[in-house]
Amino acid sequence: MRVYITLLRRELAGFFFSMTGYVLMAATLLLLGVSFSLLLESLNADAVDVPITELFYRTQFFWLILLVVSPLITMRTFALEKHTGTYETLMTTPVSDAQVVLAKFSAVLVFYLVLWSPLLAYPWLLSRFTGDASLLNPGALGGTYLGIALFGAVFMAMGCFASALTRSQIVAAMIGLALGMALFLGSFLGSVHPPRADWQTQFYRHISMVDHLQDFCRGIVDTRAVAYYLGLTAFFLFLTLKSVESRRWK
Amino acid sequence: MADELMIDVENLTKRYAGHTAVKDLTFSVQRGEIVGLLGRNGAGKSTTMRILSCFMPATSGTARVAGCDVFTQADDVRRRIGYMPENNPLHVDMRVREYLKFRARLKGLSLAQSRSRVDDVLEQCGLGDVSRKVIGHLSKGYRQRVGLADALVHEPELIILDEPTIGLDPNQIRAVRQLIKDLGKSHTVLISTHILSEVEMTCSRLLILDGGRLLMSDTTENVLKVIGGGQVVAEIAAPASDLKLCWEQIAEVEHYDLSPAEGDYTRCALTPRAGVDLRPVVFEHVRQRGWKLRELHQSKHSLEDIFMHLTRTDREEDEL
Repeated sequence: MRVYITLLRRELAGFFFSMTGYVLMAATLLLLGVSFSLLLESLNADAVDVPITELFYRTQFFWLILLVVSPLITMRTFALEKHTGTYETLMTTPVSDAQVVLAKFSAVLVFYLVLWSPLLAYPWLLSRFTGDASLLNPGALGGTYLGIALFGAVFMAMGCFASALTRSQIVAAMIGLALGMALFLGSFLGSVHPPRADWQTQFYRHISMVDHLQDFCRGIVDTRAVAYYLGLTAFFLFLTLKSVESRRWK
Repeated sequence: MADELMIDVENLTKRYAGHTAVKDLTFSVQRGEIVGLLGRNGAGKSTTMRILSCFMPATSGTARVAGCDVFTQADDVRRRIGYMPENNPLHVDMRVREYLKFRARLKGLSLAQSRSRVDDVLEQCGLGDVSRKVIGHLSKGYRQRVGLADALVHEPELIILDEPTIGLDPNQIRAVRQLIKDLGKSHTVLISTHILSEVEMTCSRLLILDGGRLLMSDTTENVLKVIGGGQVVAEIAAPASDLKLCWEQIAEVEHYDLSPAEGDYTRCALTPRAGVDLRPVVFEHVRQRGWKLRELHQSKHSLEDIFMHLTRTDREEDEL
C-alpha cells in the first residue's frame, strides 16, 4: 500500500509539475465551456423535452474530450519511463508489476476526473442564473457523472495498455486513439445494419457507447452497462499487466 | 560458506531474439570485494547486471545474490542491491531531495527512516548544496552523484554500478572513483567499465568478459602480472647494428622494433616476456656500453592489449 501511494503521488506530480497537465486542462476547459454555451443557446431556442444532461452530451465536444484527450493523458504512463530509462530503476526496486500498473492507472484516472471536474460547477451555474431548479434532475446528473467516470476508466485502462506496448509516446497516443475510436465507432454498427430481431442487433445495442450514455444521462443506470465498462477496464488492465510482465519472457 | 558469497552465478545464459548476449557465464563474488566487470561494448556486462538486479531473467542458468535466487526471490534480492543503470536515468522534473525520498519510500523505508537516510546519503555523496535543485538543471557530475545516492539510500549489501564514470570530466571521475572506493569499505561493489585504468585503481578483482563469455577472472594484480608489462620504449644514441645485437642477447626481450628518431637517436620498442619489467635491464645495458639514453618508459596497457593477449593465448592453446 505504501508503495502504491508513493507511486501514485509521483505519477500525479508528473502531471502537475509539467506543462503537459496544464495544456490538457486548458484544452478540456475550453471544450467544456464551448459545449456549455452551446447548451445554453439551444435552451434559449425552441423548447425541448429531453433532459438537459442529454443536450450536453449531444454536442460533439463531449466526445472530443473523451476520444482525443484520453490518449494524450495516458501516453506518458509507461512509454515515457521506458524512453528515459527510469523504467529500469523503477523495476529494480522491490515493487510488484501489479502495483506499478494499478498506481499508474489510478493516477491517470484521477487526472481524468480532475479534467472533468469543472462540470460539477455547471449545474450550480445553471440554477443560479436561470433561477429554475426544475431544469436539473439529480438522478440524470448523477447518471451522467457516473457514465463519464466509467468511460474514463475504460479509456484510461486502454491508454495504459497502449503505452505499455511501446517506448514512444507518440505511438502510444496513436494506439490509444485507434482503440478508443474503434470502441466509440462500434456504437454506430447498430444503425449501419438494418435493425433485425437477431443476435447481431442485440449485440450491437449492448456495445453502443452512445446508447449507454443516453441511458446514463436520463438517470437510468443499467447494471449491464456498468458491468460492461468495468469488465473492459479490468480486461485492459490485465493486458497491461501482461505486457509489463512480458519483459520476463520476451 | 554459502553466506560468504555475495554473488553466485552459474551457467548463466541470456538469449535475445537473434543473438546470445551472455553465454554460459559462471563466476562468484565474495562479500566485501570490489569487483570490476571489464569488457568491450556488447560484451554482456549490462545484460549480466540487469539479470543480477532482477530487471529481466536469464534464459538459463542460475544467479544468486546473498543466497537469494534472482528469479524466484526477486523482491528479497531487490531489497539487498542498489543498482545504477547505464546512463543513470533520473526523473529530471524532481528535486534532488524529493527524488531520493521517493526512491527510499519505494525501496521500503519508513517515513522517518527515509528522512534520515536521505540526509545521510546527501552528505555522503556531497549533494548537500544542491538538495533543493531540480535534477534536470544539475551538471552531469552531480546527476551521477544523485544516481549513486539513490543506489545507496536503502543501505544495500551489494551495489551494482553500470559504467559509473561514463561521460564525466577527469575531476568528476576522480571524485566518483573516490566515492566508490569509500563504499567498498562497507559494501560489496560490482562495477562495469570498458576503461582499464578505472578498475585498476578501484577494484580488487577483475572479471573480463568478451562476447558474453568470461575470459578471465583474477585479482587485479595478477591480471596485470599475467599480461606482463606493456612495451618499453627507449631512445638511445647508438648504431642500429649494435642495438640489434644487444637486444637479441637479452633473453627477456621477446620482440624488438627499431626506428630512427630525430638527432642521432634510435627509438627502440621492446616487448618484454610476460611479467618482466624491462626498464632496469635496458638501463643496465646502456650503462655498461656507455651509450646515451634520453628516454625510457613503459607504456600503459589498454583494454585492447589485454584482449589481444588473452585471445592470442587462447589461439596458441588451441593450436597446441
